[in-house]
Order: sequence, then structure tokens, then C-alpha cells
Amino acid sequence: MFSYYLKIAWISIKKHWGLSLLMVTAIGLGIGTAMTTVTVNYLMSANPIPHKSESLFYVRVDSWDVNDPFDDGKNPPDQLTYTDATNLMKAKKAFRQNVQSQAYGVIEPDGEDILPFMVSARANSSDFFSMFDVPFIYGGTWSHDADDNKEMVIVLNREINERVFGGENSVGKTIRLDGNLFKVVGVIDTWQPKPKYYDISTGAFEESEEVFVPFNLIAEQKIRRSGNTNCWKPSGDGFEAFLASECVWTQFWVELRSEQEKQEYLNFLNAYVNEQKRFGRFQRPLDNRLDSVMQWLENQEVVADDAQMMMAMSFMFLAVCLLNTIGLLLAKFLGKAPEIGLRQALGASKATLFAQYMVESACIGIAGGVLGLILAQFGLSAIESLYGDYMKGLASLDVTMVIAAFVLSLLSAIIAGLYPTWRACNIQPAQQLKSQ
Amino acid sequence: MLEIGLIIRALMRNKIGALLIALQIALTMTIIVNAVFMITERQQQMQRESGIDEVNTFYLTNTVFEQDYNLQAAMNRDLDIIRQTSGVVDAIQINAIPLSGGGWSMGLQTDPGNDKDSIGTAVYMVDQHALNAMGLELIAGKNFTPEEIQWRETSQTTWPANTIITKAMAQSLFPDDWQSALGKTVYISQTQPIRITGILKNLQAPWNGWSGVERSMLVPFHMESKGSRYFVRTEPGMRDKVMPQIEKLLAESDKGRIIRRVTTMEETRKRSYQRHNATNKILMTVIVTLTLITAFGIVGLAIFSINRRTKQIGTRRALGATQWQIMRYFMVENLLISTVGILIGCAGAIGLNMWLVDTFALTPINFDLILMGVVILFIVGQLAVLYPARRAALISPATATRTV
Repeated sequence: MFSYYLKIAWISIKKHWGLSLLMVTAIGLGIGTAMTTVTVNYLMSANPIPHKSESLFYVRVDSWDVNDPFDDGKNPPDQLTYTDATNLMKAKKAFRQNVQSQAYGVIEPDGEDILPFMVSARANSSDFFSMFDVPFIYGGTWSHDADDNKEMVIVLNREINERVFGGENSVGKTIRLDGNLFKVVGVIDTWQPKPKYYDISTGAFEESEEVFVPFNLIAEQKIRRSGNTNCWKPSGDGFEAFLASECVWTQFWVELRSEQEKQEYLNFLNAYVNEQKRFGRFQRPLDNRLDSVMQWLENQEVVADDAQMMMAMSFMFLAVCLLNTIGLLLAKFLGKAPEIGLRQALGASKATLFAQYMVESACIGIAGGVLGLILAQFGLSAIESLYGDYMKGLASLDVTMVIAAFVLSLLSAIIAGLYPTWRACNIQPAQQLKSQ
Repeated sequence: MLEIGLIIRALMRNKIGALLIALQIALTMTIIVNAVFMITERQQQMQRESGIDEVNTFYLTNTVFEQDYNLQAAMNRDLDIIRQTSGVVDAIQINAIPLSGGGWSMGLQTDPGNDKDSIGTAVYMVDQHALNAMGLELIAGKNFTPEEIQWRETSQTTWPANTIITKAMAQSLFPDDWQSALGKTVYISQTQPIRITGILKNLQAPWNGWSGVERSMLVPFHMESKGSRYFVRTEPGMRDKVMPQIEKLLAESDKGRIIRRVTTMEETRKRSYQRHNATNKILMTVIVTLTLITAFGIVGLAIFSINRRTKQIGTRRALGATQWQIMRYFMVENLLISTVGILIGCAGAIGLNMWLVDTFALTPINFDLILMGVVILFIVGQLAVLYPARRAALISPATATRTV
């Protein structure tokens, strides 16, 4: 029976090919635009570390100016001072903890044939690699002792290891960074979380760093720090004074394995801030935050406004396309009134007619869905080329999205077909036969 | 026109069909009015002048990695090399580049103290060559003198005695009379006095999305820093020839540093507004496709309804209706449907805008745009129905005499 419906549907689609083409194009364009924007939003709001996003927490404390609160008092500052970060690090109250900052330097490879080149660096704690599941090819993280003793150790990424050591196991070798010799302890595999959740202070979709060194080397001036620095209180001259200042420029993550651990850590933070208040710091009311990965990304509004606006608009676009299709299907099915009357007179039940016209709508929907997927592919590559680096790697369809596109198009076509089909089934056969 | 009543009665017999078109027109109007609004807003942002001679300028980053390095001597030597290259107008060392996205900001306030309000401004550390090297226009006061330029150490927190600010900054500090800013002492870093000795026509901050993008200040500093930038202005048409020359000259003159990111100001502007441009292109595509879809929807439905009414049209023609009257019937019909759609569309456009204002902090829509939307959609509707109506008019009166 189904194949018979398909056959009739095909004949009907062919007969009014102009109209059918119009409907398929409308659904295709609607689905194409909707899928393009949905994909961009979906990838922007993706959970970058699903299996442990609920146990990683970004730490914030309100150390800001009491006269001019940060973000009008709605949020504590988005980074920590060096003083607080190192104090929290020393306390070691969490299962794992990591203090970090962006940094950079110039690598001078041995031999004359490779010129010195610039690398982006991250200065972080030993726990960074285990907290964020960073994959290693060779070696591994440095020890906690290396953190404390400010050892000159370094972890390279795959590209830098390729460039300096030709891709071989370089663990134990030395590399010259900003004139200082560092011992390689590990080489990581390609690792590019999207969003780059562990540090979104200078953009959520940036590339991950090329080398990693112990955070404490910043204070030793063995590595140059970079990234966002935000100050409210003037400090004295010199690097020591900067480290002791109220400027925020470090990020602090903790890993807590249970709700109880989280509560204990929050209590610890509150106690720490209350203690600092005695030294005249933290004059604002107590406002300490522990945000899980997804809470943090949401708080920082990682999904761009533009992307959300586009998505809202594209769904309205899809609505226009559907209204268009409903109108055209209605016209088409009502135009078939004589044929429907004849079939009913010959014994076709309402259910049969309903099934047949729904099959016809679904066919148009699927054709529209296929066209929509093709258009979405074009749409995404257009977005990628228009937006450049900002959307790099964010614009690709995965299996979930392809399935979603088909479900959406089929659903759209069925919704669009429902009312016209219902109208068609309720045509009075007697009237139609009479008028013939 | 007497037939309006007639048309309405006919429409009421097929309410749903007419309503569908009206809704489609309403949604289309809602979207395109807001999309055009978003485009014009972005375009206005992109048209703001940076104050710089963008066509003839470029910059590069100088990163020093050698341990024992005389930064002061190196900077003087580098600037000499660049300024002596033929085709170069002038060059400076600078800490940040307008529109590039990365830079320094400070607050200035008219009264000292940590409980007073300050106004944010971008800080450019430059010497007396800045006006010439960037092509800035000084509208009041005077340029820095060579004697004013100090060496600034990394992490130094004291500021020079004088500054040159933009007119926008002067207006923010002294809203009553910006010209009075000249010669006034204001406070930087809450308590340090700094005197305004000059006012620039304009110079944009590094951040194009910042509401204070027009507020900048120049301070007379040379930086003793291992990471700095040189900003170069060339004679008209010489930029692309001079750029690689200077990159090579600097790289070869000193092996203790890396010269990188040699970038023109034009490229920086393009990058800076890349997302604006991209969004505008996408919105433009949406407007065009949406209008086409709606227009084709109108055409499709009109053709269908005309096909169904072939006999009635023939009868009207046989009874003496002119071709023009037949055409007019369908055009008036479309006009009525469009009116309903556009009325809903006006409400929709304002509603969507209110949501956008609420959620994304956009500015409220301009009513001219809504009027424009009304006119455009009426025209689109009439144009779309023209072809089907013409077909209807050509139906022969003889059709009336035939059975289907």
C-alpha cells in the first residue's frame, strides 16, 4: 500500500512540478538556514569536557574596590590576584588545584638552520594536565615538587616538538626559551578544546598554547606573562610591587569530587576571605563563587550575541517557509477536490486518503531536508570564510546535526501537511461529483 | 472602489489561504525591518574614523629574547633605521595599535581621590613624532617637545606631567565646554596630576566594541620593554614597497630579537570589523531570500486561485468586465491581504526589536525603517501578483460558455 501511495505522490508532484519545486526550495532554504545557525550555536555551547565538567570549578573571590564594585556588584572579578591565587595554591584544600596565566617567549633551537621563533605559553601548576585530561605522547606532567622548587621544566605540544626535535621522544632533552635552558618532561598530543574553557579571558575559541611551564617561574621572571590584567588600586613601581598589587591576572581552577567537597571548599574560601579582611583587604561583602565548567561558560556568555540573534531570526525564517508550504499545499490539495470526491465515491476511506496525502507531504519534506543539508553545508563554509579565525572549526556538521536536520524537515513537512490534508479529507464527495 | 466589499466577501470564503499569506508577509516584515536595522547600525559603527592616515601606515612587533640587551640604544637605532629609509614619512614606538583589539586603558578624573568617578580612556605611549607618524590632527594646544619624553620601565606606575587627549575625551571630562580642557590638570591613577596640553580631533581606542572608542590619550613615553611595536607612515603609494624593506633591515640589523606581525592599518581595520562585515552579509542574504520566498509564495497561491476561478473570471469577462477590471480585482485582493499582514508585521517588528533591546542591549528601532518596510512589502506584494493577475486578465470570455 505504501509503495502505491509513493507512486501516486510522485505522479502528483510531477504534475505540479513548479509548485512542488517551490515547496521543496522553501523548506530547503528554511531548514538550511536554521541548521546553519543551530550548528554554530550548538558548537559554541558544547560541553568541552562532558565526563568531568561537573567536578571542575572556576574560583572567584571579590577583592575589588568597595567604592566602585566590579561589574556593578553583580559578579566578583573574573580573575584572581597573584596573592590570593598563590595563597589558595599553598593551602592545597582541593583534590586538585591549578593556578595559571598566559605567557609567551622566544625559543632558540640549537643549530643555525632553524631561526628563533615565538611561542605562546601557559604558566600553570602540575595538576593542570590531569584536571583537564591533556593527552600526552611522551613523558607526562612535572611533579608537585617541581612546582614548589621552581624547577626549569617544560611540556611541549606536538607541533613544537616536531619543529625543534623532529618529532622524536624529546623527554630529558633541553630547550632554550628566552635565553634560559628548560628540561623537557613531556610532549602533548594535539589538544584543542572548543570552547577553550580552561581560559576564556582573551577569547573562548582561541588556539591552545604551544608550551607549558610551572606557574611559579613567572615570579622568578623566567617566563614573560601576558593576557588580561585588570587593576583598581594603584601599586608601587617594579615587578615585586606588581605581584603584591590588587591587580587580577591569574586564573584558578579546582577539582572537587562531590557536593560535600564543594561545600567544604566554599567554607574554606569564606574563611580565607574573612581572614584577609582583617588585613584590610576584601572590603566588599563576602561573594565567593565556585562555577562548574558549564556555569562558567554561561556566566561569561561564551555563545556570541550575534549567533543567538541569528538563530532566533533563522527560526522565524523557517516559520515563513512553513507558512509558504502550508499555503501551497492547501491550494494544491483543494485543487484536487474532484479527484478526492471520485476516490471517496469509489470506496476510499478517510484514513486512506489521509495516509496518502501525508505521504506526499513527507516526500516533499524529505526532499526539502536533503536540499536543506546541502544548503547548510554551504552556509557553514560561508560563515567560516566570512568570520575567519573566530569561527574556525566551529562550522561543521556532525551526525547529530544531520539527524536533527532530517527530523526537523520531516516534522516541518508533516506539520505543514496536516491542515491541508485534513481539509482535503473532509471534502464532500457528492458535491464534487455533482459539479462534474 | 465598490468591489472591495465583494473581494472581502470572496476572501472570507477562503479565510485560511488569505491568512497564511498575511502571516507570511507579517513575519517577513518583522525580520527584514530588524535585519535592515541591524545592518545600518553596524555600518554606522564601521564608518567612524580612526583619526589615522590608514592608507599609508603599517606597524610591526619587535620581541627581544637576548638576555643582556640594551633596550634604549636598540630602540633609538631601530627608529633611526626606519626614519632614514626612503619613502618613510615618520615612525614611532608605540604600546598599542588602534582597532587592533589589544591595548591599555586608564581612568582620568577631574578631582583626585579613590572615591571619585573616573572616565576610561585608551593610553598610547608615544613621542613627539606621533602626530606626524600617525597622521593625527591637533585642534588645540601643542605637540610634545623632545625634552618631555621620558623612559618608562616595565611595571612603572608613575605618569608624565603632560598629556594630549582626544576631543571626545575632553567632552567627557568637561561636558560643558570641551575647549576649556586645554591647560587643565586632571588626575590619572586616582591621585596623580597630569596636565592636558593638547587636544586631537580624533583617535580611536584599540577596542571597536567599546562605547568609549573615541576616547584616547597620548602620553610622552619611550618604553624600555622587551616587547614593543613600531608604527610607520609612508609617502602615498610607497607602503607596500617599504614594508618588506623595513622588515628585512630590522631583522638583519640585530639577531637578538624577532620582527613579526608586519601588518597594515587597512588590514587591521578589516580584521577589526570582520565580524561586523560577516554578520551584515548574512543578514543581507536573509533579507533577499526571505523577500523572494514570500514573493514566490504569493505568485504560487495567486496562480492557483486564478486557475480555480477560471470559469468565474470568464463569466465576468463575458458580462462586460474589462481586462483592467479583472487585473484590478486581484491587485486589490493582494492589497487587502498585504494590509492585514503589514499591520501585524509592524507590531511584530516592534516586538522583536523590544526583545532584541532587552536581551542583547541593542538600541530601539528607528520608525523610518518601519515605514520603509511597509512601503517595500506593499511593492513586493503588488509586483508578485502582477504576473498572475495579467494571466487572469487574458482569460477569454468564451471560457464561460465551455464546461470544464
